Amino acid sequence: MSVDKICGIETEYGVISRGLEMSSVTASSLLVSAYGGESMQIDWDFIHERPYMDARGFSVGERLDPEIDYQLVNRVLTNGARYYVDHAHPEYSSPECVTAMDALLYDLAGEAILRRSMVLTRDLLAEQGAEIVVYKNNSDGKGNSYGCHENYLVSRSLPFSDIVRHMTVHFVSRQIFTGSGKLGSENGMSGGPNSFQISQRSDFFEEEVGLETTLRRPIINTRDEPHAEASKFRRLHVIVGDANMSQTATYLKIGTTQILLSMLEDGALPPDLVLDEPLGAIRSVSRDLDLNQSIRLQSGRLTTALNIQFQYLEAAEGWIQVDAVNDKIDQDRRLIVRLWREVLEGLTGDRFGLADRVDWLAKLKMIEGFRMRHDLSPEDSRLKAIDLQYHDLREDRGLAYRAGLRRLVDESSVSKAMVNPPSDTRAFLRGEVLRRWPEQVVSANWDSVVFDVGSGSLVRLPMDDPAWGTKMDVGLVLEECSDLNDLLTRISTSATMSGT
Amino acid sequence: MAERANQVRQDPPADRRGSSTEEVRSGASSDVDIEQILDEIDEVLEANAEDFVRNYVQKGGE
Repeated sequence: MSVDKICGIETEYGVISRGLEMSSVTASSLLVSAYGGESMQIDWDFIHERPYMDARGFSVGERLDPEIDYQLVNRVLTNGARYYVDHAHPEYSSPECVTAMDALLYDLAGEAILRRSMVLTRDLLAEQGAEIVVYKNNSDGKGNSYGCHENYLVSRSLPFSDIVRHMTVHFVSRQIFTGSGKLGSENGMSGGPNSFQISQRSDFFEEEVGLETTLRRPIINTRDEPHAEASKFRRLHVIVGDANMSQTATYLKIGTTQILLSMLEDGALPPDLVLDEPLGAIRSVSRDLDLNQSIRLQSGRLTTALNIQFQYLEAAEGWIQVDAVNDKIDQDRRLIVRLWREVLEGLTGDRFGLADRVDWLAKLKMIEGFRMRHDLSPEDSRLKAIDLQYHDLREDRGLAYRAGLRRLVDESSVSKAMVNPPSDTRAFLRGEVLRRWPEQVVSANWDSVVFDVGSGSLVRLPMDDPAWGTKMDVGLVLEECSDLNDLLTRISTSATMSGT
Repeated sequence: MAERANQVRQDPPADRRGSSTEEVRSGASSDVDIEQILDEIDEVLEANAEDFVRNYVQKGGE
Protein backbone atom coordinates (compact mmCIF):
# COMPACT_ATOMS: atom_id res chain seq x y z
CA MET A 1 0.00 0.00 0.00
CA SER A 2 1.43 3.34 -1.01
CA VAL A 3 1.97 6.20 1.45
CA ASP A 4 0.32 9.57 0.81
CA LYS A 5 2.51 11.44 -1.62
CA ILE A 6 3.08 14.49 0.54
CA CYS A 7 5.06 16.86 -1.61
CA GLY A 8 6.45 20.33 -2.08
CA ILE A 9 8.27 22.50 -4.62
CA GLU A 10 11.46 24.50 -4.00
CA THR A 11 12.17 27.21 -6.54
CA GLU A 12 15.36 29.20 -6.94
CA TYR A 13 14.54 32.38 -8.82
CA GLY A 14 16.80 34.22 -11.21
CA VAL A 15 17.52 37.75 -9.99
CA ILE A 16 19.00 40.89 -11.53
CA SER A 17 19.34 44.48 -10.36
CA ARG A 18 18.96 47.52 -12.56
CA GLY A 19 20.12 51.04 -11.95
CA LEU A 20 22.40 50.09 -9.06
CA GLU A 21 25.37 47.76 -8.92
CA MET A 22 24.77 45.05 -6.36
CA SER A 23 25.66 41.41 -6.05
CA SER A 24 22.98 38.80 -6.58
CA VAL A 25 23.44 37.80 -2.93
CA THR A 26 22.62 41.35 -1.85
CA ALA A 27 19.68 41.57 -4.23
CA SER A 28 18.34 38.25 -2.98
CA SER A 29 18.80 39.28 0.66
CA LEU A 30 16.96 42.56 0.05
CA LEU A 31 14.03 40.71 -1.47
CA VAL A 32 13.70 38.24 1.37
CA SER A 33 14.22 40.85 4.09
CA ALA A 34 11.75 43.26 2.56
CA TYR A 35 8.94 40.74 2.72
CA GLY A 36 6.87 40.84 5.88
CA GLY A 37 9.14 43.08 7.93
CA GLU A 38 11.70 42.27 10.56
CA SER A 39 9.16 40.95 13.06
CA MET A 40 8.77 37.88 10.87
CA GLN A 41 12.42 36.90 11.06
CA ILE A 42 12.50 33.41 12.54
CA ASP A 43 15.75 31.47 12.32
CA TRP A 44 15.94 28.31 10.32
CA ASP A 45 17.10 25.39 12.43
CA PHE A 46 19.74 23.33 10.59
CA ILE A 47 19.97 20.53 13.13
CA HIS A 48 18.50 17.82 10.88
CA GLU A 49 19.96 18.95 7.58
CA ARG A 50 22.17 16.28 6.09
CA PRO A 51 22.50 16.97 2.39
CA TYR A 52 25.46 14.61 2.04
CA MET A 53 23.71 11.44 3.12
CA ASP A 54 23.31 9.25 0.07
CA ALA A 55 20.13 7.21 -0.47
CA ARG A 56 22.25 4.31 -1.63
CA GLY A 57 23.36 3.92 1.99
CA PHE A 58 26.53 5.90 2.59
CA SER A 59 27.58 9.40 3.55
CA VAL A 60 30.09 11.37 1.53
CA GLY A 61 31.01 13.26 4.70
CA GLU A 62 33.80 15.73 4.14
CA ARG A 63 34.03 15.18 0.41
CA LEU A 64 31.81 18.13 -0.37
CA ASP A 65 32.23 21.47 1.28
CA PRO A 66 29.28 22.56 3.38
CA GLU A 67 27.28 25.00 1.32
CA ILE A 68 24.90 26.32 3.92
CA ASP A 69 25.73 29.89 4.83
CA TYR A 70 24.30 30.46 8.25
CA GLN A 71 24.58 34.21 7.81
CA LEU A 72 22.17 34.44 4.94
CA VAL A 73 18.59 35.53 5.35
CA ASN A 74 16.17 32.78 6.27
CA ARG A 75 12.49 33.11 6.96
CA VAL A 76 9.80 30.73 8.00
CA LEU A 77 6.39 31.99 6.91
CA THR A 78 2.95 31.59 8.44
CA ASN A 79 1.89 29.57 5.40
CA GLY A 80 4.45 26.96 6.47
CA ALA A 81 6.94 27.81 3.70
CA ARG A 82 10.61 28.69 3.94
CA TYR A 83 11.76 31.83 2.15
CA TYR A 84 15.50 32.40 2.08
CA VAL A 85 18.69 33.13 0.19
CA ASP A 86 20.33 30.05 -1.26
CA HIS A 87 23.69 30.66 -2.89
CA ALA A 88 22.97 33.74 -4.96
CA HIS A 89 19.24 33.29 -5.48
CA PRO A 90 16.06 33.97 -3.57
CA GLU A 91 14.45 30.61 -2.89
CA TYR A 92 10.96 29.70 -1.81
CA SER A 93 10.28 26.20 -0.51
CA SER A 94 6.59 25.53 -0.33
CA PRO A 95 4.97 23.93 2.69
CA GLU A 96 4.21 20.22 2.58
CA CYS A 97 1.06 19.51 0.57
CA VAL A 98 -1.06 16.40 0.09
CA THR A 99 -2.43 17.02 -3.38
CA ALA A 100 -0.87 18.29 -6.60
CA MET A 101 -3.52 21.03 -6.60
CA ASP A 102 -2.28 22.27 -3.22
CA ALA A 103 1.33 22.00 -4.39
CA LEU A 104 0.38 24.22 -7.34
CA LEU A 105 -1.48 26.63 -5.06
CA TYR A 106 1.50 27.02 -2.73
CA ASP A 107 3.91 27.34 -5.64
CA LEU A 108 1.74 30.20 -6.94
CA ALA A 109 1.73 31.68 -3.43
CA GLY A 110 5.53 31.65 -3.64
CA GLU A 111 5.40 33.45 -6.98
CA ALA A 112 3.08 36.04 -5.42
CA ILE A 113 5.45 36.44 -2.46
CA LEU A 114 8.35 37.10 -4.85
CA ARG A 115 6.20 39.63 -6.74
CA ARG A 116 5.32 41.35 -3.48
CA SER A 117 9.00 41.38 -2.49
CA MET A 118 9.88 43.02 -5.81
CA VAL A 119 7.33 45.77 -5.20
CA LEU A 120 8.63 46.36 -1.67
CA THR A 121 12.25 46.59 -2.82
CA ARG A 122 11.22 48.87 -5.67
CA ASP A 123 9.85 51.27 -3.05
CA LEU A 124 13.06 50.95 -1.03
CA LEU A 125 15.25 51.63 -4.05
CA ALA A 126 13.02 54.25 -5.65
CA GLU A 127 15.29 57.14 -4.72
CA GLN A 128 18.22 55.55 -6.49
CA GLY A 129 16.00 54.79 -9.46
CA ALA A 130 16.98 51.16 -9.04
CA GLU A 131 14.98 47.99 -9.25
CA ILE A 132 15.41 44.28 -8.53
CA VAL A 133 13.75 41.94 -11.02
CA VAL A 134 12.97 38.28 -10.47
CA TYR A 135 12.65 35.51 -13.08
CA LYS A 136 11.08 32.11 -12.61
CA ASN A 137 13.36 30.18 -14.95
CA ASN A 138 16.34 27.82 -14.71
CA SER A 139 19.08 29.11 -16.94
CA ASP A 140 20.75 32.35 -17.97
CA GLY A 141 21.63 31.01 -21.41
CA LYS A 142 25.32 31.24 -20.53
CA GLY A 143 25.83 27.88 -18.88
CA ASN A 144 24.53 28.74 -15.41
CA SER A 145 21.56 26.83 -14.09
CA TYR A 146 19.50 27.02 -10.91
CA GLY A 147 16.86 24.63 -9.87
CA CYS A 148 13.21 24.00 -9.29
CA HIS A 149 13.18 20.91 -7.13
CA GLU A 150 10.28 18.68 -6.24
CA ASN A 151 10.03 16.57 -3.11
CA TYR A 152 7.88 13.51 -2.59
CA LEU A 153 7.38 11.37 0.48
CA VAL A 154 7.97 7.73 -0.32
CA SER A 155 8.00 4.61 1.78
CA ARG A 156 11.40 3.58 3.12
CA SER A 157 10.49 0.02 2.20
CA LEU A 158 10.57 0.88 -1.50
CA PRO A 159 14.08 -0.04 -2.74
CA PHE A 160 15.86 3.02 -4.09
CA SER A 161 16.97 1.00 -7.10
CA ASP A 162 13.29 0.62 -8.08
CA ILE A 163 12.92 4.40 -8.09
CA VAL A 164 15.97 4.72 -10.33
CA ARG A 165 14.77 1.98 -12.63
CA HIS A 166 11.20 3.14 -13.12
CA MET A 167 11.18 6.90 -12.54
CA THR A 168 14.10 7.86 -14.79
CA VAL A 169 11.97 7.13 -17.85
CA HIS A 170 9.27 9.44 -16.52
CA PHE A 171 11.69 12.28 -15.79
CA VAL A 172 13.11 11.99 -19.30
CA SER A 173 9.77 11.73 -21.13
CA ARG A 174 7.59 14.12 -19.07
CA GLN A 175 9.56 17.05 -20.52
CA ILE A 176 7.12 17.06 -23.43
CA PHE A 177 4.54 18.73 -21.19
CA THR A 178 6.66 20.07 -18.29
CA GLY A 179 9.38 21.75 -20.37
CA SER A 180 9.49 25.55 -20.19
CA GLY A 181 11.34 25.92 -23.49
CA LYS A 182 14.70 27.51 -24.19
CA LEU A 183 16.34 29.22 -27.12
CA GLY A 184 19.87 27.87 -27.44
CA SER A 185 22.04 25.10 -26.03
CA GLU A 186 24.40 25.21 -23.08
CA ASN A 187 27.03 23.24 -21.26
CA GLY A 188 28.69 22.15 -24.51
CA MET A 189 25.59 20.36 -25.78
CA SER A 190 24.64 20.27 -29.44
CA GLY A 191 22.24 22.64 -31.12
CA GLY A 192 23.79 26.08 -31.16
CA PRO A 193 22.46 29.44 -29.93
CA ASN A 194 19.49 29.73 -32.27
CA SER A 195 17.89 26.33 -31.85
CA PHE A 196 14.85 26.01 -29.67
CA GLN A 197 14.56 23.13 -27.23
CA ILE A 198 11.80 21.86 -24.95
CA SER A 199 13.54 21.96 -21.56
CA GLN A 200 15.49 24.63 -19.70
CA ARG A 201 17.35 22.01 -17.70
CA SER A 202 18.20 19.03 -19.88
CA ASP A 203 21.56 20.39 -21.02
CA PHE A 204 22.76 20.25 -17.41
CA PHE A 205 22.34 16.54 -16.67
CA GLU A 206 25.50 14.50 -16.92
CA GLU A 207 24.90 11.51 -14.62
CA GLU A 208 22.11 9.00 -14.28
CA VAL A 209 22.25 8.78 -10.49
CA GLY A 210 24.18 10.75 -7.88
CA LEU A 211 24.32 13.10 -4.95
CA GLU A 212 25.40 16.32 -6.64
CA THR A 213 23.04 19.19 -7.39
CA THR A 214 25.42 21.91 -8.60
CA LEU A 215 27.73 20.14 -11.02
CA ARG A 216 27.57 16.89 -12.94
CA ARG A 217 23.90 16.87 -12.04
CA PRO A 218 22.15 13.46 -11.97
CA ILE A 219 18.70 12.65 -13.38
CA ILE A 220 17.96 10.87 -10.10
CA ASN A 221 19.31 12.69 -7.07
CA THR A 222 20.23 10.45 -4.16
CA ARG A 223 20.18 12.98 -1.33
CA ASP A 224 18.82 11.03 1.62
CA GLU A 225 17.57 13.73 3.91
CA PRO A 226 14.05 12.64 4.76
CA HIS A 227 13.01 15.51 7.07
CA ALA A 228 10.84 12.83 8.62
CA GLU A 229 11.15 9.57 10.51
CA ALA A 230 13.94 7.92 8.55
CA SER A 231 12.92 4.36 9.36
CA LYS A 232 9.54 4.89 7.67
CA PHE A 233 10.11 7.47 4.96
CA ARG A 234 12.33 8.78 2.25
CA ARG A 235 12.03 12.15 0.60
CA LEU A 236 12.62 11.75 -3.10
CA HIS A 237 14.42 14.95 -4.12
CA VAL A 238 13.77 15.52 -7.82
CA ILE A 239 16.11 18.08 -9.35
CA VAL A 240 15.53 17.41 -13.04
CA GLY A 241 12.44 19.56 -13.64
CA ASP A 242 11.91 23.00 -15.12
CA ALA A 243 10.24 25.84 -13.22
CA ASN A 244 6.87 26.40 -14.85
CA MET A 245 4.83 29.49 -15.52
CA SER A 246 1.87 27.42 -16.76
CA GLN A 247 -0.35 26.21 -13.94
CA THR A 248 -1.27 23.11 -15.93
CA ALA A 249 2.41 22.26 -16.33
CA THR A 250 3.18 22.60 -12.62
CA TYR A 251 0.07 20.62 -11.74
CA LEU A 252 0.89 17.78 -14.12
CA LYS A 253 4.59 17.76 -13.24
CA ILE A 254 3.70 17.09 -9.62
CA GLY A 255 0.53 15.09 -10.18
CA THR A 256 1.85 12.57 -12.67
CA THR A 257 4.96 11.99 -10.55
CA GLN A 258 2.87 11.50 -7.39
CA ILE A 259 0.66 8.95 -9.13
CA LEU A 260 3.58 7.02 -10.66
CA LEU A 261 5.43 6.89 -7.33
CA SER A 262 2.31 5.56 -5.61
CA MET A 263 1.90 2.98 -8.37
CA LEU A 264 5.54 2.00 -7.96
CA GLU A 265 4.96 1.41 -4.25
CA ASP A 266 1.95 -0.70 -5.19
CA GLY A 267 3.89 -2.66 -7.80
CA ALA A 268 1.53 -1.33 -10.47
CA LEU A 269 3.92 0.20 -13.00
CA PRO A 270 4.55 -1.47 -16.36
CA PRO A 271 7.76 -3.45 -15.72
CA ASP A 272 9.40 -3.04 -19.11
CA LEU A 273 9.54 0.76 -19.45
CA VAL A 274 13.21 1.16 -18.63
CA LEU A 275 15.50 3.37 -20.69
CA ASP A 276 18.64 2.06 -22.30
CA GLU A 277 20.53 5.37 -22.35
CA PRO A 278 18.85 7.98 -20.16
CA LEU A 279 21.43 10.75 -20.65
CA GLY A 280 21.31 10.58 -24.44
CA ALA A 281 17.53 10.36 -24.25
CA ILE A 282 17.03 13.39 -21.98
CA ARG A 283 18.88 15.57 -24.49
CA SER A 284 17.30 14.12 -27.60
CA VAL A 285 13.78 14.44 -26.17
CA SER A 286 14.49 18.07 -25.31
CA ARG A 287 15.44 18.70 -28.95
CA ASP A 288 12.63 16.69 -30.47
CA LEU A 289 10.08 19.42 -31.23
CA ASP A 290 8.20 17.07 -33.56
CA LEU A 291 7.96 14.46 -30.78
CA ASN A 292 8.80 11.55 -33.03
CA GLN A 293 12.41 10.77 -32.10
CA SER A 294 13.02 7.11 -31.22
CA ILE A 295 14.25 6.19 -27.77
CA ARG A 296 15.59 2.73 -27.04
CA LEU A 297 14.38 0.78 -24.05
CA GLN A 298 16.50 -1.83 -22.26
CA SER A 299 14.30 -4.49 -23.85
CA GLY A 300 15.57 -3.31 -27.24
CA ARG A 301 12.18 -1.88 -28.22
CA LEU A 302 12.17 1.54 -29.85
CA THR A 303 9.55 4.01 -28.69
CA THR A 304 9.03 7.77 -28.25
CA ALA A 305 8.62 10.04 -25.22
CA LEU A 306 5.00 10.56 -26.18
CA ASN A 307 4.31 6.82 -26.38
CA ILE A 308 6.00 6.26 -23.02
CA GLN A 309 3.77 8.91 -21.48
CA PHE A 310 0.67 7.33 -23.05
CA GLN A 311 1.66 3.97 -21.61
CA TYR A 312 2.10 5.43 -18.14
CA LEU A 313 -1.15 7.37 -18.47
CA GLU A 314 -3.12 4.28 -19.44
CA ALA A 315 -1.65 2.33 -16.54
CA ALA A 316 -2.55 5.23 -14.21
CA GLU A 317 -6.11 5.40 -15.54
CA GLY A 318 -6.54 1.75 -14.68
CA TRP A 319 -4.88 2.09 -11.30
CA ILE A 320 -6.76 5.08 -9.87
CA GLN A 321 -10.07 3.32 -10.30
CA VAL A 322 -9.06 0.60 -7.88
CA ASP A 323 -7.20 2.73 -5.38
CA ALA A 324 -9.49 5.42 -3.94
CA VAL A 325 -7.60 6.72 -0.89
CA ASN A 326 -9.85 9.54 0.24
CA ASP A 327 -12.07 12.06 -1.43
CA LYS A 328 -9.60 14.89 -1.82
CA ILE A 329 -6.76 12.72 -3.12
CA ASP A 330 -9.08 10.71 -5.34
CA GLN A 331 -10.59 13.82 -6.90
CA ASP A 332 -7.14 15.25 -7.45
CA ARG A 333 -6.00 12.06 -9.18
CA ARG A 334 -9.03 12.06 -11.46
CA LEU A 335 -8.33 15.62 -12.53
CA ILE A 336 -4.63 14.80 -13.02
CA VAL A 337 -5.31 11.91 -15.38
CA ARG A 338 -7.98 13.88 -17.23
CA LEU A 339 -5.62 16.79 -17.90
CA TRP A 340 -2.75 14.39 -18.56
CA ARG A 341 -4.80 12.71 -21.32
CA GLU A 342 -5.96 16.06 -22.67
CA VAL A 343 -2.37 17.25 -22.95
CA LEU A 344 -0.98 14.04 -24.47
CA GLU A 345 -3.77 13.93 -27.04
CA GLY A 346 -3.11 17.60 -27.78
CA LEU A 347 0.54 16.77 -28.41
CA THR A 348 -0.40 14.27 -31.09
CA GLY A 349 -2.32 16.79 -33.20
CA ASP A 350 -1.85 20.52 -33.80
CA ARG A 351 0.37 21.03 -30.80
CA PHE A 352 -0.05 24.79 -30.72
CA GLY A 353 -3.55 24.15 -29.42
CA LEU A 354 -1.70 23.52 -26.17
CA ALA A 355 -0.02 26.94 -26.15
CA ASP A 356 -2.42 27.84 -23.33
CA ARG A 357 -1.24 24.93 -21.15
CA VAL A 358 2.31 23.94 -22.07
CA ASP A 359 5.08 26.50 -21.48
CA TRP A 360 7.44 25.47 -24.25
CA LEU A 361 4.66 25.73 -26.82
CA ALA A 362 3.47 29.09 -25.47
CA LYS A 363 7.03 30.39 -25.67
CA LEU A 364 7.77 28.91 -29.09
CA LYS A 365 4.56 30.41 -30.44
CA MET A 366 5.65 33.84 -29.19
CA ILE A 367 9.19 33.57 -30.52
CA GLU A 368 8.14 32.27 -33.93
CA GLY A 369 5.26 34.73 -34.23
CA PHE A 370 7.47 37.67 -33.30
CA ARG A 371 10.21 36.57 -35.67
CA MET A 372 7.77 36.36 -38.56
CA ARG A 373 5.96 39.59 -37.74
CA HIS A 374 9.20 41.59 -37.77
CA ASP A 375 10.99 39.42 -40.33
CA LEU A 376 13.93 38.88 -37.96
CA SER A 377 16.99 36.76 -38.49
CA PRO A 378 17.24 33.75 -36.14
CA GLU A 379 20.11 35.36 -34.21
CA ASP A 380 18.24 38.58 -33.38
CA SER A 381 18.63 39.33 -29.65
CA ARG A 382 14.95 40.12 -29.31
CA LEU A 383 14.16 36.42 -29.68
CA LYS A 384 16.34 35.43 -26.73
CA ALA A 385 14.92 38.42 -24.84
CA ILE A 386 11.44 36.91 -25.30
CA ASP A 387 12.76 33.59 -23.94
CA LEU A 388 14.05 35.32 -20.77
CA GLN A 389 11.23 37.80 -20.34
CA TYR A 390 8.66 34.99 -20.55
CA HIS A 391 9.70 34.27 -16.94
CA ASP A 392 9.78 37.90 -15.70
CA LEU A 393 7.56 38.07 -12.61
CA ARG A 394 6.67 41.75 -13.00
CA GLU A 395 3.01 41.92 -13.88
CA ASP A 396 3.58 44.81 -16.26
CA ARG A 397 6.43 43.05 -18.09
CA GLY A 398 6.18 39.28 -17.76
CA LEU A 399 5.38 37.65 -21.09
CA ALA A 400 3.93 34.44 -19.63
CA TYR A 401 1.24 36.61 -18.05
CA ARG A 402 0.35 37.70 -21.59
CA ALA A 403 0.32 34.22 -23.13
CA GLY A 404 -3.31 33.44 -22.31
CA LEU A 405 -2.31 30.50 -20.09
CA ARG A 406 -5.24 28.67 -18.51
CA ARG A 407 -5.72 28.93 -14.79
CA LEU A 408 -6.52 26.11 -12.40
CA VAL A 409 -6.44 28.25 -9.25
CA ASP A 410 -8.06 31.64 -8.66
CA GLU A 411 -6.28 34.73 -7.32
CA SER A 412 -8.16 34.91 -4.03
CA SER A 413 -7.03 31.37 -3.12
CA VAL A 414 -3.45 32.36 -3.90
CA SER A 415 -3.71 35.44 -1.65
CA LYS A 416 -4.95 33.26 1.20
CA ALA A 417 -2.18 30.72 0.61
CA MET A 418 0.43 33.45 0.99
CA VAL A 419 -0.43 33.61 4.71
CA ASN A 420 -2.35 30.46 5.64
CA PRO A 421 -0.83 26.96 5.71
CA PRO A 422 -2.36 23.86 4.11
CA SER A 423 -4.70 22.22 6.61
CA ASP A 424 -3.75 18.61 6.06
CA THR A 425 -0.01 18.27 6.72
CA ARG A 426 2.34 19.24 9.56
CA ALA A 427 2.74 22.61 7.81
CA PHE A 428 -0.57 23.50 9.45
CA LEU A 429 0.90 23.33 12.96
CA ARG A 430 4.13 25.08 11.90
CA GLY A 431 2.21 27.92 10.30
CA GLU A 432 -0.32 28.27 13.11
CA VAL A 433 2.23 28.45 15.94
CA LEU A 434 4.14 31.05 13.94
CA ARG A 435 1.03 33.11 13.43
CA ARG A 436 -0.08 32.88 17.07
CA TRP A 437 3.20 33.08 18.97
CA PRO A 438 5.82 34.56 16.63
CA GLU A 439 7.74 36.07 19.54
CA GLN A 440 8.08 32.66 21.19
CA VAL A 441 9.22 30.71 18.14
CA VAL A 442 13.02 30.68 18.29
CA SER A 443 13.61 28.59 15.20
CA ALA A 444 11.85 26.14 12.95
CA ASN A 445 12.61 23.63 10.24
CA TRP A 446 10.70 20.97 8.36
CA ASP A 447 10.51 18.48 11.19
CA SER A 448 10.51 20.55 14.37
CA VAL A 449 9.85 23.92 15.96
CA VAL A 450 11.84 25.32 18.90
CA PHE A 451 9.99 27.56 21.36
CA ASP A 452 11.12 29.88 24.11
CA VAL A 453 8.66 28.94 26.83
CA GLY A 454 9.90 31.58 29.26
CA SER A 455 12.49 31.69 32.03
CA GLY A 456 15.16 30.93 29.46
CA SER A 457 14.09 27.40 28.62
CA LEU A 458 13.79 26.20 25.09
CA VAL A 459 11.47 23.39 24.07
CA ARG A 460 11.70 21.49 20.79
CA LEU A 461 8.45 20.19 19.36
CA PRO A 462 9.36 17.28 17.07
CA MET A 463 7.21 16.78 13.97
CA ASP A 464 8.72 13.63 12.46
CA ASP A 465 5.54 12.59 10.72
CA PRO A 466 4.69 14.91 7.81
CA ALA A 467 1.06 13.79 8.06
CA TRP A 468 0.72 14.76 11.74
CA GLY A 469 -0.05 18.29 12.93
CA THR A 470 -3.01 18.76 10.61
CA LYS A 471 -6.07 20.83 11.38
CA MET A 472 -7.82 17.58 12.24
CA ASP A 473 -5.03 16.62 14.67
CA VAL A 474 -4.47 19.93 16.43
CA GLY A 475 -7.09 22.42 15.23
CA LEU A 476 -9.31 22.04 18.27
CA VAL A 477 -6.40 22.10 20.74
CA LEU A 478 -5.11 25.30 19.10
CA GLU A 479 -8.52 26.92 19.57
CA GLU A 480 -8.93 25.75 23.15
CA CYS A 481 -5.47 26.26 24.63
CA SER A 482 -4.88 29.34 26.79
CA ASP A 483 -1.28 29.90 25.75
CA LEU A 484 1.72 28.21 24.17
CA ASN A 485 2.68 26.25 27.30
CA ASP A 486 -0.84 24.93 27.52
CA LEU A 487 -0.69 23.89 23.86
CA LEU A 488 2.61 22.06 24.34
CA THR A 489 1.30 20.28 27.43
CA ARG A 490 -1.84 19.16 25.64
CA ILE A 491 0.08 18.04 22.57
CA SER A 492 2.66 16.06 24.52
CA THR A 493 -0.09 14.41 26.55
CA SER A 494 -2.01 13.35 23.48
CA ALA A 495 1.20 12.30 21.73
CA THR A 496 2.14 10.06 24.68
CA MET A 497 -1.31 8.58 24.78
CA SER A 498 -1.43 7.83 21.09
CA GLY A 499 2.19 6.81 20.85
CA THR A 500 2.93 9.36 18.11
CA MET B 1 -5.08 44.85 -34.26
CA ALA B 2 -6.91 41.56 -34.20
CA GLU B 3 -9.82 41.24 -31.84
CA ARG B 4 -9.51 39.02 -28.83
CA ALA B 5 -11.21 35.74 -29.57
CA ASN B 6 -14.26 35.39 -27.41
CA GLN B 7 -15.14 31.74 -27.67
CA VAL B 8 -17.21 30.04 -25.05
CA ARG B 9 -15.55 26.93 -23.71
CA GLN B 10 -17.41 23.70 -23.25
CA ASP B 11 -18.63 22.73 -19.84
CA PRO B 12 -16.39 20.34 -17.94
CA PRO B 13 -17.29 16.71 -18.61
CA ALA B 14 -19.79 15.00 -16.37
CA ASP B 15 -17.17 12.91 -14.57
CA ARG B 16 -15.89 16.06 -12.92
CA ARG B 17 -19.19 17.04 -11.33
CA GLY B 18 -18.79 17.48 -7.61
CA SER B 19 -15.06 18.01 -7.85
CA SER B 20 -13.79 20.49 -5.28
CA THR B 21 -10.92 21.43 -7.52
CA GLU B 22 -12.89 23.07 -10.27
CA GLU B 23 -10.83 24.27 -13.13
CA VAL B 24 -11.16 28.03 -13.36
CA ARG B 25 -11.73 29.23 -16.88
CA SER B 26 -10.50 32.75 -17.21
CA GLY B 27 -12.80 33.39 -20.15
CA ALA B 28 -11.35 35.33 -23.01
CA SER B 29 -7.81 35.31 -21.65
CA SER B 30 -7.59 31.57 -22.35
CA ASP B 31 -8.09 32.27 -26.01
CA VAL B 32 -5.90 35.25 -26.57
CA ASP B 33 -5.20 35.61 -30.23
CA ILE B 34 -1.58 35.45 -31.36
CA GLU B 35 -1.78 38.93 -32.90
CA GLN B 36 -2.94 40.32 -29.57
CA ILE B 37 -0.02 38.57 -27.85
CA LEU B 38 2.47 39.96 -30.36
CA ASP B 39 1.06 43.47 -29.90
CA GLU B 40 1.69 43.13 -26.19
CA ILE B 41 5.22 41.84 -26.74
CA ASP B 42 5.90 44.87 -28.95
CA GLU B 43 4.73 47.04 -26.08
CA VAL B 44 6.60 45.50 -23.14
CA LEU B 45 9.69 43.77 -24.57
CA GLU B 46 12.97 45.06 -23.13
CA ALA B 47 13.89 48.15 -25.16
CA ASN B 48 17.53 47.20 -25.54
CA ALA B 49 17.26 43.47 -26.06
CA GLU B 50 20.93 42.99 -26.80
CA ASP B 51 22.08 44.56 -23.52
CA PHE B 52 19.37 42.80 -21.59
CA VAL B 53 20.35 39.39 -22.93
CA ARG B 54 24.06 40.06 -22.44
CA ASN B 55 23.61 41.31 -18.87
CA TYR B 56 21.30 38.54 -17.78
CA VAL B 57 23.95 36.53 -15.95
CA GLN B 58 23.20 34.31 -12.98
CA LYS B 59 25.33 32.40 -10.57
CA GLY B 60 24.72 28.66 -10.62
CA GLY B 61 22.53 27.52 -7.78
CA GLU B 62 21.05 24.53 -5.95
